[in-house]
Amino acid sequence: MKEFKMSPKPMWNSLGDIPMGSSCPSFHITDINAGWRVFKPVVDLEKCIGCYRCYFVCPDGAIHMSDDKKADVDYSFCKGCGICAHECKPKAISMIKEEK
Amino acid sequence: MSTNTKLNARKLDSTENFYGHKACGGCGESLALRLALKVLGDEAYLSLPAGCMAAVSFIYPNMAFKNNAIITPFASTAAVTTGIAAGLEALGKKKPLSVGFAGDGGTADIGIQSLSGAIDRGEKFIYICTDNEAYMNTGIQKSGLTPFGAATTTTPSGKVIHGNINEKKNMFEIVAAHGIEYAATASVGYLEDFINKVQKAKDCAGPSYIHVYSPCPTGWGHGSEITVDLGKEVVDTGLWYLAEFEKGEFSLNLKPKDFKPVKDHLMRQNRFRHINDEEIKMIETTRDAKWAKMLKNWNI
Ligand SMILES: Cc1ncc(C[n+]2csc(CCOP(=O)(O)OP(=O)(O)O)c2C)c(N)n1
Ligand code: SF4
Ligand code: SF4
Ligand code: SF4
Ligand SMILES: [Mg+2]
Repeated sequence: MKEFKMSPKPMWNSLGDIPMGSSCPSFHITDINAGWRVFKPVVDLEKCIGCYRCYFVCPDGAIHMSDDKKADVDYSFCKGCGICAHECKPKAISMIKEEK
Repeated sequence: MSTNTKLNARKLDSTENFYGHKACGGCGESLALRLALKVLGDEAYLSLPAGCMAAVSFIYPNMAFKNNAIITPFASTAAVTTGIAAGLEALGKKKPLSVGFAGDGGTADIGIQSLSGAIDRGEKFIYICTDNEAYMNTGIQKSGLTPFGAATTTTPSGKVIHGNINEKKNMFEIVAAHGIEYAATASVGYLEDFINKVQKAKDCAGPSYIHVYSPCPTGWGHGSEITVDLGKEVVDTGLWYLAEFEKGEFSLNLKPKDFKPVKDHLMRQNRFRHINDEEIKMIETTRDAKWAKMLKNWNI
């Protein structure tokens, strides 16, 4: 499960607004990755047996197991790579074309 | 002989310490890094040289790590990692944990002397090499860990020469030859085995090294959905193996009963599409010779 709140994108109107130095706070996330997707994983909760496989194999950590042990996708950060669907044995995840 | 299975997906910490990174969809290295950090925890200090994992995590003003993390000069991953370990000890940290994550180029070519020196000093640190078999972040150039036959931008496939003419360096055994406390090979196709090896490295008193095979859809030319699949298949074909070096002894964690067909495996990756049957024979011969040696000399 992700533990951060999105940080606001800094408004850069003048030089003084740009943070100085080469370091920044831990988990300082200003951009989401949702726009990367061509296909999106959709979980059929009836078919999901809560095996944790998709959560385990997602390179982006974009799936977490909900309290009732079902796969829950964070669509802000899922890139639509399809690994979760490919690895799900009961075939509970389908990759559906995103509509633009 | 068995793969390590104490830790599993359910027992892992559910919090993510690596999130919102900009790696390509289906990136094997980012999966290895994400899961390693679940085992290592957010108190580990991370050192990463130039390479994809640094490039996709520190995109100003984004910072994809919850952990403290630093980009090191390319050749110095292990030097910086042990330097941080010394600093943490000087600060009186109870369980100082300093971990280096570098690619194959950053490990087997450019950072090899600083890694060798750090292992030699015997301090506690963990070094994880995420091996995608080329310099990916600069556009797929051959490294010392690119396998025979693979096409890269510096070893293209032409009429006469079909991709890389060299064999992959044996980084695992180079590291083991130092008499390191713990070393292991792993693959993102066998993730339980991998996370348990990370746990072993964490529990080690001295230096430890894990070499994890990490498919790269962009550089290898394969579908982003088959990264884990390929990582499993490469072990099942015998072209990669799961092994450990502990207390001066090598052991194999897994021996496939029959090897899966090499050709089918290679043809799923664009970087090997040009390979002919004779070259596949050569790859199989090299594999069989390696396995004969391992089965003869290593614990099973
Ligand atoms: C001293 C130095 N030489 C070269 C580079 C350019 N460079 C940056 S990343 C990179 C490739 C890294 O390849 P690898 O270590 O395999 O990691 P990957 O990107 O594949 O994860 C190179 C050559 C650099 N940053 N510093
Ligand atoms: S892999 Fe499939 S069955 Fe298992 S938790 Fe995920 S969606 Fe459910
Ligand atoms: S499609 Fe890829 S990024 Fe999205 S949830 Fe599945 S594995 Fe994760
Ligand atoms: S080029 Fe390869 S290693 Fe680099 S981020 Fe993309 S998939 Fe990962
Ligand atoms: Mg590489």
